[in-house]
Amino acid sequence: MRALAEDGAGEAAAQAGRRRRAALWAHGWLALGVLVFALPIWITLVGSTHDAGTIGRGEVPLLPGSHAVENYATAWAEGGGRFRTTAAAAMLWNSALMALLIAAGKIAISLLSAYAVVFFSFPGRMAFFWMIFVTLMLPVEVRIIPTFQVMVDLSLINTMAGLVVPLVASATATLLFRQFFLTIPDEYVEAAKMDGAGPLRFFRDVVVPLSVTNIAALFVILFIYGWNQYLWPLLVVNDRSLETIVVGLSKMIGTGDAQNEWNTIMATAVLAMLPPVAVVVLMQRWFVRGLTETEK
Amino acid sequence: MATLELVGIRKSFGAAGVLHGIDLSVADGEMVVIVGASGCGKSTLLRIVAGLETPTAGRVLIDGRDVTPLEPAERDIAMVFQNYALYPHMSVFDNMAYGLRIRRVPRAEIRRRVEETAALLGISALLDRRPRQLSGGQRQRVAMGRAIVREPRLFLFDEPLSNLDAKLRVQMRAEIRRLQKRLGVTSLFVTHDQIEAMTLGDRLVVMHEGRAAQIATPMEVWARPADTFVAGFIGSPAMNFLAARLAEEGRAAALAAGPVLRFADGPRPGAEGRRLVVGIRPEHVEARAGPEALPLAVDLAEPLGSETVLHGHLPGGESLTARLPGGLAPQAGEVLPLLLPAEALHVFDAETGRRLDPLEGMARR
Amino acid sequence: MRRRVIFRGKVLPYLLLAPQIAVTLVFFFWPAAQAVRQSLLREDPFGLRSEFVGLENFRAVLADPLYLNAVRNTAVFAAAVAGIALGAALFLAVQADKRIRGAGVYKTLLIWPYAVAPAVAAVLWLFLFHPSIGLIGRALNAAGMAWDYKLDGAQAMLLVIVAAAWKQVSYNFIFFLAGLQSIPASVLEAAAMDGARPAYRFWTVVFPLLSPTTFFLLVVNLTYAFFDTFGVIHALTGGGPGKATETLIYKVYVDGVQNLNFGGSAAQSVILMAIVIALTAVQFRSIERRVHY
Repeated sequence: MRALAEDGAGEAAAQAGRRRRAALWAHGWLALGVLVFALPIWITLVGSTHDAGTIGRGEVPLLPGSHAVENYATAWAEGGGRFRTTAAAAMLWNSALMALLIAAGKIAISLLSAYAVVFFSFPGRMAFFWMIFVTLMLPVEVRIIPTFQVMVDLSLINTMAGLVVPLVASATATLLFRQFFLTIPDEYVEAAKMDGAGPLRFFRDVVVPLSVTNIAALFVILFIYGWNQYLWPLLVVNDRSLETIVVGLSKMIGTGDAQNEWNTIMATAVLAMLPPVAVVVLMQRWFVRGLTETEK
Repeated sequence: MATLELVGIRKSFGAAGVLHGIDLSVADGEMVVIVGASGCGKSTLLRIVAGLETPTAGRVLIDGRDVTPLEPAERDIAMVFQNYALYPHMSVFDNMAYGLRIRRVPRAEIRRRVEETAALLGISALLDRRPRQLSGGQRQRVAMGRAIVREPRLFLFDEPLSNLDAKLRVQMRAEIRRLQKRLGVTSLFVTHDQIEAMTLGDRLVVMHEGRAAQIATPMEVWARPADTFVAGFIGSPAMNFLAARLAEEGRAAALAAGPVLRFADGPRPGAEGRRLVVGIRPEHVEARAGPEALPLAVDLAEPLGSETVLHGHLPGGESLTARLPGGLAPQAGEVLPLLLPAEALHVFDAETGRRLDPLEGMARR
Repeated sequence: MRRRVIFRGKVLPYLLLAPQIAVTLVFFFWPAAQAVRQSLLREDPFGLRSEFVGLENFRAVLADPLYLNAVRNTAVFAAAVAGIALGAALFLAVQADKRIRGAGVYKTLLIWPYAVAPAVAAVLWLFLFHPSIGLIGRALNAAGMAWDYKLDGAQAMLLVIVAAAWKQVSYNFIFFLAGLQSIPASVLEAAAMDGARPAYRFWTVVFPLLSPTTFFLLVVNLTYAFFDTFGVIHALTGGGPGKATETLIYKVYVDGVQNLNFGGSAAQSVILMAIVIALTAVQFRSIERRVHY
């Protein structure tokens, strides 16, 4: 009996030890993961605080230098690189405007079309639904040339509308809202009818307020989606005043010569990352929810 | 305040008929309860009155005006929903004020009416809260308040008490009755609960398979049920039914279980040997010996203190329930003599299930 | 699926749908139809006349060694990106799912790369692996390895794979972690009671229960590698050196936008559409399976 009990105690101690070791390993691996994730960012951050010569000679130290203010000032106000690209301030403004318009546009037209499909019965309802659904299968990337030709025909090249409008149709957002609308109890609709609320009033007073969490979650995802657009702005915009920061950054690098003004480029890279990363970190809860919901 | 009239209301969904012609008129200030098992069409009937469903045939008249083609909002009706349907993102005040705002009632007037109604319901302290911060009973009151504040011509209640626990239900039942009497608003109340129906209604509509089996006062429905369905549905424990045949030129029923029972109130029409169903409520059964006594083999005795409920079977195999005074405590397996008093018998035709009343003029009374 | 209670309205629903349908028709259906049409035509170099050539463009594309090279590159690239991104994410998610202190902090630190644009991710890795200014690039050269991704095709491929996978790990991590956290503790406790060791437990209980998530992510990652990584390749290698990193999507761009070979580019677009349709169909079957799981 006693031997058994002692065995048990020994077992428990051994188990506690195993658990502690396992936790340590977990910390170790996670820290390594975080490090691998952070390394490129750290290098870029550090690089953005040294002068071009230090970087060009390949002597980037692991700690920040003293040229942060001038580098960011140059990037912000003048732009950099031998290709004399647009100032980051203007590019950030373009990116922000594009991302906000895409996110808001996608949410608005998806809310409306999901509302029509769920709360009305009309000829062609399912046909329209499938039409929206099928756009999932037609990403811009697979229809580059003909879409570009449409843009030319509509004289949307080099316009903000040209950047935004073709990207605002969204099957995922429509599907998400449809799914959510189907869970709104019938009694709300009936109560609204008894109260005398028409469909538009019900939409404004009940459906949209009930959807706020979904809207917030989607907004985070769509803002990042819009901000990170690359191929489309590359095609549609060649006017420097409309350059977005992601495309502009890659143009600054050109072929990647060592003689580039790397300090300014790195500062621009940091500026290009900052808004979407801030959105994800500050709105982490919405972001995670938005991701997992849209893919359901 | 208004009168409500339903004329030949029919409804079918596709091939399935749900309502087969309902006629009903509700007087000004009256509370009519529609009661029936689930699937009998009672909710559909209420939704047709509300304007949420369109009848396949028939008309709905409010104050004599045909409102059948009108939208719900144009009928000046308020409805209390089973799950209350309170908008979760609005405060109690906003929930109650919503209908008034849509009708463009002036702000001061809205405030006055909401506050008055809240005081009436004892929810003045809750006006700033959201529905999810409220208990079931409080939500129920807010749902009522939303209906009352509109000052509609007609109240509709769709099983509003079914989500509450038993104690709260009794309390809210009394409150609804009190409010309805005080406000004097014509009301239609749907429930599946016979006690709710009996206590709330000025009159009942007992629905069965899309028809109104009986429309009468609660006491009338209890004392003179129109058919075996109503008889079995109202009253608890349910009425006993025994197979019988008409005997002695209509003056008596010969039970399949043996005894011949003479009617107290007069002969029933029909040929000798006509198949009958004789009904008797458990509380009317007496535990006494006598020449017409039935021997009940007790299967189960439920002593409830003030009374004892016996479940057993008769020699022919028919089962019978009796509610007896509390002192008696027979054991399962015992055989007990029971008397069925003549004045408590209900006689129904076995084919149609309809009540058979004594022939006119031949009644003794 | 439909609601029981709806609003009446003859014109309103069409008005509500109009913006979405208009954008869809003009920017999705019309260009897609044009792609199919152009893939069957050949234009003269001045774009003045075009003739119907049937499947000639497809035959030309499929016979083109450069196209086959792009197919091979895409296969290598997509398999590597999906493999690395899924493997690393699953491993990290399993670590983060353990009951350890600070799990939430790790989570935050691991998910933000999702916000970095593919093209910017490419730039970040360029700063690390640039042969003359990059920390790691210089270290490799100093160690005697001839590292220059601008000259060596295999090295270029490796770099675009790392940059593309790096960004996708966050996404997979979020889903794996959610999947792991939805496995009921009682199942794991039952396995522990049965005497299964942690590693054995993982492969026999956890991994099978995660398989719907894994399958779903596999499809998403392949889609990502096929279509969303254009920015990585464009910013980092421009498809080079010597077309060593030219993927299918990049070739559509090069042939259509730079070489103005509309018929060939359109035929490639049509092939890509077929791939997306297949992937989407597979994805939907997987979602159905998820529901039934």
